[in-house]
Amino acid sequence: MPKVTVDGQEIEVPAGATVLQACELAGKEIPRFCYHERLSIAGNCRMCLVEVKPGPPKPQASCALPAADGQEIRTDSPMVKKAREGVMEFLLINHPLDCPICDQGGECDLQDQAVAYGRGGSRFDENKRAVTEKYMGPLIKTIMTRCIHCTRCVRFSEEIAGVDEIGALYRGEDMQITTYLEQAAAHELSANVIDLCPVGALTSRPYAFEARPWELKKTLSIDVSDAVGANITLHSKGREVMRALPRINDDVNEEWLSDKGRYQVDGLTKRRLDRVWVRRDGKLQPAEWTEAFGMIAGALEGDKGSIAAVAGDLLDAETMFAAKALVNACGSNLTEARQTGMTYDVSKLAAVNFNSTFAGIETADAILIIGSNVRWDAALLNVRLRKAVKAGAKVYIIGPEWDPTYPATFLGSDLKILNRIPKELGDVMKSAQRPAVILGAAGLAKGVLAATLKLVDKFGLVRDGWNGFNVLHISAARMASLMLDFTAPGGMGEIAAASPKVLLSLGADEMDYGAFGSSLKVYIGHHGDKGAHHADIILPGASYAEKDGTYVNTEGRVQFAEKAVFAPGDAREDWTILRALADALGVTVGFDSFAALQAKMIAAVPALGEEGLADYGALPKPDSGAKFEGEIAGYPIKDFYLTNPIARASEVMQRCSDELLHGADVKEAAE
Amino acid sequence: MADRTPAPDTPELRARWSAFAWTPENKKTADWHIAKYPGGRQRSAVMPLLDLAQRQVGAETDTQGWLPLPVIEYVAQYLGMPVIRVLEVASFYFMYNLKPVGKFHVQVCGTTPCMLRGSDDIIAACKKRGMVKGGVSADGLWTLTEVECMGNCATAPMVQINDDNYEDLTPERLDAVLDALAAGQKPKTGTQEPGRHTSEPAGGPTTLTDMVSANHDYRGEW
Repeated sequence: MPKVTVDGQEIEVPAGATVLQACELAGKEIPRFCYHERLSIAGNCRMCLVEVKPGPPKPQASCALPAADGQEIRTDSPMVKKAREGVMEFLLINHPLDCPICDQGGECDLQDQAVAYGRGGSRFDENKRAVTEKYMGPLIKTIMTRCIHCTRCVRFSEEIAGVDEIGALYRGEDMQITTYLEQAAAHELSANVIDLCPVGALTSRPYAFEARPWELKKTLSIDVSDAVGANITLHSKGREVMRALPRINDDVNEEWLSDKGRYQVDGLTKRRLDRVWVRRDGKLQPAEWTEAFGMIAGALEGDKGSIAAVAGDLLDAETMFAAKALVNACGSNLTEARQTGMTYDVSKLAAVNFNSTFAGIETADAILIIGSNVRWDAALLNVRLRKAVKAGAKVYIIGPEWDPTYPATFLGSDLKILNRIPKELGDVMKSAQRPAVILGAAGLAKGVLAATLKLVDKFGLVRDGWNGFNVLHISAARMASLMLDFTAPGGMGEIAAASPKVLLSLGADEMDYGAFGSSLKVYIGHHGDKGAHHADIILPGASYAEKDGTYVNTEGRVQFAEKAVFAPGDAREDWTILRALADALGVTVGFDSFAALQAKMIAAVPALGEEGLADYGALPKPDSGAKFEGEIAGYPIKDFYLTNPIARASEVMQRCSDELLHGADVKEAAE
Repeated sequence: MADRTPAPDTPELRARWSAFAWTPENKKTADWHIAKYPGGRQRSAVMPLLDLAQRQVGAETDTQGWLPLPVIEYVAQYLGMPVIRVLEVASFYFMYNLKPVGKFHVQVCGTTPCMLRGSDDIIAACKKRGMVKGGVSADGLWTLTEVECMGNCATAPMVQINDDNYEDLTPERLDAVLDALAAGQKPKTGTQEPGRHTSEPAGGPTTLTDMVSANHDYRGEW
């Protein structure tokens, strides 16, 4: 552990730290543009210059200089001040003075650092360079004249995303950042380069000229577009969510966010259900709450217990608990959250959980993926798998081929191959120190959970300090619904077989409504999507941005999201609708406020009251008779950009789907 | 500075070049270059392979050669690397031509020593013969580029034509060289100054004069 002196203060830094990191440990701010903690070191912006002794008598780029024992570092000397001023002056030579019309204004590294470390004015009288704009797809807007050639975007797409598509062409002053032939950047994490860009060269196209950062109210929330539970901040202005940005959480999303989580928010204002509708003479017509409640109570007249609830994919735990409380109070226990009809065993939650954790899977050295297109099912998990492969892990995948961005072996889509493990796979898994199996949604749908559990003993997935058995869900509500026991053993089939008089659909848009022909279908949700089309009564609810709530991601990590904006029109937070319905049905559910609801839920399932990983105990004993059967014909996600009702309502997601997945012609925004 | 943007990606370009593949000899050379690097590091051979591709294009079109986008894509695919990484290399180095050139690519040095020794006259002489900067002359023979220092300051002014340098030029000497090239001959490369061999001082050596006729041992005189 080298000891260095920073501005006279002696500190000990970890071995392998750079001078820049040493300065940060000492509490000194080092300006930088190209350096980024999660990317490789480029050392090309020169903004982080400091004075280091012993060494050549000139300023040194601290980001690329290893801290060594006995170094004397100065960040406050006249030489450093002059060097920073000089670098800043050079950077600004070709940077346009267009901050007033730049979307990065107010959150721009160059702007901030020019104020803090630059000299007052410019001495440059010549013409500035201008660079033509580059098309990078429907999400990234480019104003390349502003580019300062830090190459963060190039390094991100190469190292993190694993899709080499952004590059730096030409040289010197003429260097330009572009994609090959200006094709759209087409991977699931492309928009993260917008956050990485320290200037306004890459900005958000959908958010262009919408708001200034200081006008926005920031609310801590959780992304519901997949089961990763990425930590986000919702930035809202008035009653509208303007954008979603990732928060740093090294255990979950590091500091990235999938394009869907980031850009589906414009769907929050489109196709919203903002009033009560009831079906009269086959047509949905506007109505009052009391009328709708009366119809539901009427349908249950004399047979209160004939009620069932199905939960959608975006729900918070509180809504599901309230629905369950209502259904139970009516004397029914027909609840189900696996709306597509899966029936896997949920008696032991450890068997349906991502036990390695996202941070842990990075350390796996042999990974078998059964039935998951990880890039689409959980784009941020694929980043972790990529890191594992870079560290030497071998990956085997069963299912139709997709491009994992790292070397992987596809073993075909026939699951029966696992009944007699191929020798190569067996050898790799058995010799691995930290072997892992990931069972995806396509595998779950084939009912091979029990058979997969048999691999635990075969491969030695559970050992000291390591649990390599993982199930990857694709629905944000899934783990919470399982913890709340919001499931029926027979799945959706059992619910349909009971043919309930009233079916409460809590934003369930992927379920088969055809099986409920005789039921009064009540849709409590926020978007006019598939569920609303089939509904007899629509009660307008709140989306994830419009209510407080608890979410549990696929690792079993309990996280709280806060309410950013109010729901539009007559829409109410879902639990209040269910509470009012309880009164209309003449039953008591035992809560009158959100706090009481939450307390009751935590009393029932204490793990939901504690942020962090829930403890699900040990894996169950495998059923020795279970066998791998069937063939994975396809993955449940057919279109990455249109997986939930919010995304389907979003124009941005629709455009991404058209352009990036279906190859529609490039549509330049009319500006 | 020369325009370094790649030739536009048109259907005609695709039609002409998308069938590009190594000739048998070039394939051998390409694989020989790749074999120089450890397995999995075949990307390291991108520069010799781009040069090889440019020469093959040159042979096919009877020019110095250039790199159409489909050819760049072929090289990328041959090395198993992303196209953008190959285009980065091709657009960085001036010896890769991104636009069609003539049979002879005349690169005139215009940096200070050459300029002081009359490179302006050389450029004027080139233009007088119908050459245009950055384009191909009407007869398809010449492409003129003004470049920065080529490291021949002692024999300035100079031009580089394809793989050879011609130094100590005057407009007349340049004309003689260009005429010879146009006639299909191989003019003497290097300095065009009569009596001069390479870049030794004009008018004979001024130091180590005793070494001219025989190997003189200076060590005792230090």
